[in-house]
Amino acid sequence: MGIFASRFYSRLVIIIPYAWLLLFFLAPFFIVFRISLSTTAIAIPPYEPVFSLADGWSGFWEKASTFSFDNYGYLTDDPLYFNAYLSSVVIAGISTFLMLLIAYPIAYGMAQAPRTIRPTLLMLVILPFWTSFLIRVYSWIAILKPEGLLNQLLLSLRIIDSPLIILNTSTAVYIGIVYSYLPFMVLPLYSSLEKMDGTLIEAAQDLGCTPIRAFWRVTFPLSLPGVIAGCMLVFIPAVGEFVIPDLLGGSQTLMIGKTLWNEFNANRDWPVSSAVATILLLILVIPIVFFQNAQAKAEERGR
Amino acid sequence: MKSLGNIRRAFAPWTDPSAKPFIAFKNVTKRFGDFTAVNDLSLNIYHREFFALLGASGCGKSTLLRMLAGFEQPSSGEIVLDGTDLSGTPPYKRPVNMMFQSYALFPHMTVEKNIAFGLKQDGMSKDEMAERVSQMLKMVKLEQFASRKPNQLSGGQRQRVALARSLAKRPKVLLLDEPLGALDKKLREETQFELMDLQQSLGLTFVVVTHDQEEAMTMADRIAVMSHGKVVQVATPAEIYEAPNSRFVADFIGDVNIFDGKVTAASNGAVEISVESGFTVRTASAETPAAGAALGFAIRPEKIRVTRAAPANAAVNAARGELWDIAYLGDMTVFHVRLPSGKTVKASSLNAQRSVEDPFTYDQEVWVSFAEDGGVLLKD
Repeated sequence: MGIFASRFYSRLVIIIPYAWLLLFFLAPFFIVFRISLSTTAIAIPPYEPVFSLADGWSGFWEKASTFSFDNYGYLTDDPLYFNAYLSSVVIAGISTFLMLLIAYPIAYGMAQAPRTIRPTLLMLVILPFWTSFLIRVYSWIAILKPEGLLNQLLLSLRIIDSPLIILNTSTAVYIGIVYSYLPFMVLPLYSSLEKMDGTLIEAAQDLGCTPIRAFWRVTFPLSLPGVIAGCMLVFIPAVGEFVIPDLLGGSQTLMIGKTLWNEFNANRDWPVSSAVATILLLILVIPIVFFQNAQAKAEERGR
Repeated sequence: MKSLGNIRRAFAPWTDPSAKPFIAFKNVTKRFGDFTAVNDLSLNIYHREFFALLGASGCGKSTLLRMLAGFEQPSSGEIVLDGTDLSGTPPYKRPVNMMFQSYALFPHMTVEKNIAFGLKQDGMSKDEMAERVSQMLKMVKLEQFASRKPNQLSGGQRQRVALARSLAKRPKVLLLDEPLGALDKKLREETQFELMDLQQSLGLTFVVVTHDQEEAMTMADRIAVMSHGKVVQVATPAEIYEAPNSRFVADFIGDVNIFDGKVTAASNGAVEISVESGFTVRTASAETPAAGAALGFAIRPEKIRVTRAAPANAAVNAARGELWDIAYLGDMTVFHVRLPSGKTVKASSLNAQRSVEDPFTYDQEVWVSFAEDGGVLLKD
């Protein structure tokens, strides 16, 4: 194979993921962004302007000139949106932290388990995915509702006298999010803990560390890539989560995914909901980009 | 008694019955399930000794080292270090440090931090720590690499970092698990001598585990040859080589010819054996075995002469054969001589001169012969 041909193929390999991103991320994003600059209308689709090829260049510019950032201004006027964003980030952040606390020991235990039973344990972590996400969230209603399984159990054990009100509170949302996203935290943690060299811990102990100190000075720092990957993997979808707050959180829980859904379906206000979506994306993407930059720089310094 | 080989230095506390061992394994057994890794083993190691545990993989040498480090607990028996029974002492409280075979450097820390790891754990002051670290870096000649991460170092440099890290806490004993296994041959040989010099200048006790007999012979004051969880022989390299106590040790260390035969005469500290290969061996022996007893006779290739003419006394310690193979190795030449019985005798001779008049060629008829003190009797 000639050098040009090989260069062509190596480019091709790079082009494919970029093309994928362009087609399925950037293009839809621009469509959403464009709608966010429009105004609502009682029409199909429910916004204007709508471009058509018949307009020609002049018609295009005329219509494009009606674009405005008013919808973004509207989002800042109504505190509902700010509160929804804030509470989404807080709920997702606390859930992520809870998941880290629960998933780390699980992943650690899996990584320490005998090699022969590790695939089984991995299977058990993935097993819930075999049931529909929606069904699993629905079944939490049956568990958490006042006359549900949990309350019946606690009442029959005489731990409580009257049913706990969990359903339709933010506690239920935390339970739902933590339960649903836990495997996404366990898996990256497991993969980073599993490939850790056991002699490093022995070396730490040999140099005077108690097992607990060895964990904090060696195991945990070395598992940080897994911690970060896991947190990203659960935090990002949790911020925009709609189904769990809708089914478990009732009207009490304010989350941006639900607000967006309301704008889009109940209000049929596509431009505002597009603006909500655009801001949500920025909230999520900007910190990630900064973080990755910082990581790349740290890597560079290490070299 | 004539001394065997060249004794490296006048350091032999093991010959002094009043010397107290620094490390003592007392009837130590270690079982993993059904498998007995170390079997009722007793061993003394002295202060400032460079001690090697030598054996094939699975002989229990690493288990022994790991028990000394505290990573494994003996199933029975006790290990005493400097007068203190180590049973139940966790690894982080033992005054020993280990240099791991894989080096086990912390990948997220710089060279400096790796070396300071144990010092920081001990709560040493910042200034003192910085000084000790720079002292260690200087010792292993890695001053300019202080802020590198382990993955930015070569294998030899990593080995030095591991060494510096394990010595930084000034342990009473340094344990080295196959310390040079990952280095290439040239670097390994250089490092062997550096380790010896370091051990001498620091005045520490080193216990090294190795499967490489040359490495053990080069570095160690004494070697324990291990097999199946037992120590077969503990002796200086020269004794191990020249006076192996068993067929296993003779065969394990270096090249050897072993002839089996029966005692025909024994008197005045000399034994005559008629060997199966069809000649008579006459050798010095402290013991007087009974006539007819089955014995083995081991002799190293370099103790055997190859000549065209029959030796002066061809009645004993000489045999005729055919020159079967010649391997020229540069510093020496190895001959394989096939005896009429079919047995192949290995002999080697140093190429002290650059050119040889009338060199040996294949298929020549030759004599192999050796001196009466050239080999040793093997009882098992």
